[in-house]
Amino acid sequence: MTPADSPPDPSSGQPSSAPPPPSSTGAHMAPAERSVVGTLGVALMGAGLRGGTPLQKLVLGSVGAGLAAMAATGRNPLATALKIRQTQSGDVLVSDAVTIGRPADDLYAHWRDLASLPRVMTHLQRVDVLDETRSRWTVTAPTGEVSWEAEITADEPGRRLAWQSLPGAAIDNAGEVLFRPAPGDRGTEVIVRLTYRPPGGTAGAVLARVAGEEPAQQLRDDLMRFKREQELGFAPTTEGQSSGRAAAGRIA
Amino acid sequence: MKAIVWQGTNHVGVETVPDPTLLLPTDAIVKITSTAICGSDLHLLDGVIPSMEKGDILGHEFMGEVVEIGRDVKRLQVGDRVVVPFNIACGVCDPCRRGLFSACDNSNPNHRMAEALYGAVSGGGLFGYSHMYGGYAGGQAQYVRVPFADIGPHKIESDLRDEQVLFLTDIFPTGYQAAENCAIVPGRDVVAVFGAGPVGQFAARSAQMLGAAHVIVIDRVPERLSMAEAAGCQTINYEQDDVMVALREATGGRGPDHVIDAVGMEAHGHGPGAIVDTAKQRLKLSFDRITALRWAIMSCAKGGTVSMPGVYGGLIDKLPMGAAFAKGLTFKMGQTHTQRHIAPLLGRIEAGEIDPSFVITHRATLDDAPELYKTFRDKHDGCIKVVLDPWG
Ligand SMILES: [Zn+2]
Ligand SMILES: [Zn+2]
Repeated sequence: MTPADSPPDPSSGQPSSAPPPPSSTGAHMAPAERSVVGTLGVALMGAGLRGGTPLQKLVLGSVGAGLAAMAATGRNPLATALKIRQTQSGDVLVSDAVTIGRPADDLYAHWRDLASLPRVMTHLQRVDVLDETRSRWTVTAPTGEVSWEAEITADEPGRRLAWQSLPGAAIDNAGEVLFRPAPGDRGTEVIVRLTYRPPGGTAGAVLARVAGEEPAQQLRDDLMRFKREQELGFAPTTEGQSSGRAAAGRIA
Repeated sequence: MKAIVWQGTNHVGVETVPDPTLLLPTDAIVKITSTAICGSDLHLLDGVIPSMEKGDILGHEFMGEVVEIGRDVKRLQVGDRVVVPFNIACGVCDPCRRGLFSACDNSNPNHRMAEALYGAVSGGGLFGYSHMYGGYAGGQAQYVRVPFADIGPHKIESDLRDEQVLFLTDIFPTGYQAAENCAIVPGRDVVAVFGAGPVGQFAARSAQMLGAAHVIVIDRVPERLSMAEAAGCQTINYEQDDVMVALREATGGRGPDHVIDAVGMEAHGHGPGAIVDTAKQRLKLSFDRITALRWAIMSCAKGGTVSMPGVYGGLIDKLPMGAAFAKGLTFKMGQTHTQRHIAPLLGRIEAGEIDPSFVITHRATLDDAPELYKTFRDKHDGCIKVVLDPWG
């Protein structure tokens, strides 16, 4: 789903066209990534052999051996173990779904109002709408603000909305939201699929995951926030309630 | 205000904490007139339930008077006398609309924790029952904040005493739902209840109210067995008798048509299975000890129901699934949908069919609570149910 690999076809209008299925054989590594990881692995193995306590030797040596093996096989078992899913073209895929007790048209309308998305997707700083199809997305990263332009590639009111970043984006990414009637009177099934090419490939995705940046969990939280906003009109909270901790803080 | 606070495994204390305030326009503040210690609070004391934090206010069985309401609260007014269900529900999500209030999609702000353990979407929030269940401050205190105040609290307009209606908040509906889940055929079905604690007592009496031909209660604590006998139940002391043989004898060899496991994960018991369970629980390899559940499955009649109001927390192995399959058993379980039982059960109390205060053995103040947690845990002093007066 990167612009380079699979050019968007705004006119296709195919209902619920899914991104390519995630790779089923484990997360594959790009050649450049393999060489970087391989080099790092060999260096760590070397460091492990050179010195330190027996434990350090063991840890460095085995981590190094693991990385080298990853490079040799072209697979990233760590990424597979962490359930980092990938498309055929090597992008990371994050998807999730939630059922919301509201009509699809209402939910679609909220999502189509791109400027309001940061209310639901809290890692988004803001979305500036540039014209009918183009918008500028800004997120806060540890290094400061990162922003890119995106364009709407499919717009089927009440059913589907897809977008993707324009060439030159710091992080190539694309996404789609599907709105599907839920069986019975349960409202609408909302399915979100995001793909992105993390800096550093799958190793980068693993590092991000280990560092606590979990896009899959963020998406889950965002969808639950959206559901609660739509069904309740507010988010339940215990923020600020009384406890023995509050008392301790007050005395101190 | 005064509150009972979790201070760590095997430590609860009385502390002075800030009074609760309205956090959302749908909240109410209730001045608590009566509150109780529940058997499941003992799992918190033991540290078996994960995600407790030091300073958490305990308690999920409480009632009182509404003293403040948020601007969006419509069904309650200041001055109303209410019982408050232990589970918190939003009233608008799909499970809530189907009456599955304890499975509310929206009331647990920490959905993430529960999803990690249980998959799918988390259940609803609970008062005073760990952060996995929302981290809501509980009601063993002088005041409590009640979220979704239009959904949970039920007004008590008759002059019934607190002690007669307090248990509508948990143990009465919990025992009742366990019996209801058995789909008892009146005048025909025999029901066995494992565990004669408060929930077991209410399950046994509910089975009688629903027309069970005969109710058998199994426990090892004499006071609990006497309480069940007082209601007209047959009792079996599993320390003196072979449960399986005694149940066959009591049912003409068929086994009870339905079995209620009102014990849950902290069953005591005998035999190698029980020893393995205890060891694994100590090592945190398992949350659950399942002696009662094994007995329930093994003793149940063909085509019967195993109903489980007792709380289970984690993974279970060495479960006699072969027996369950061979006999074609139905399993029914889950947290109580308290909100849907309160009105009908209140009707039964008002009609004089049952007086839930029979279960109370101890009355005390908040200051006495830490000691009574231990008395209740150790089943000392004939302790079956403790009611606390927060203003005593
Ligand atoms: Zn309880
Ligand atoms: Zn709900």
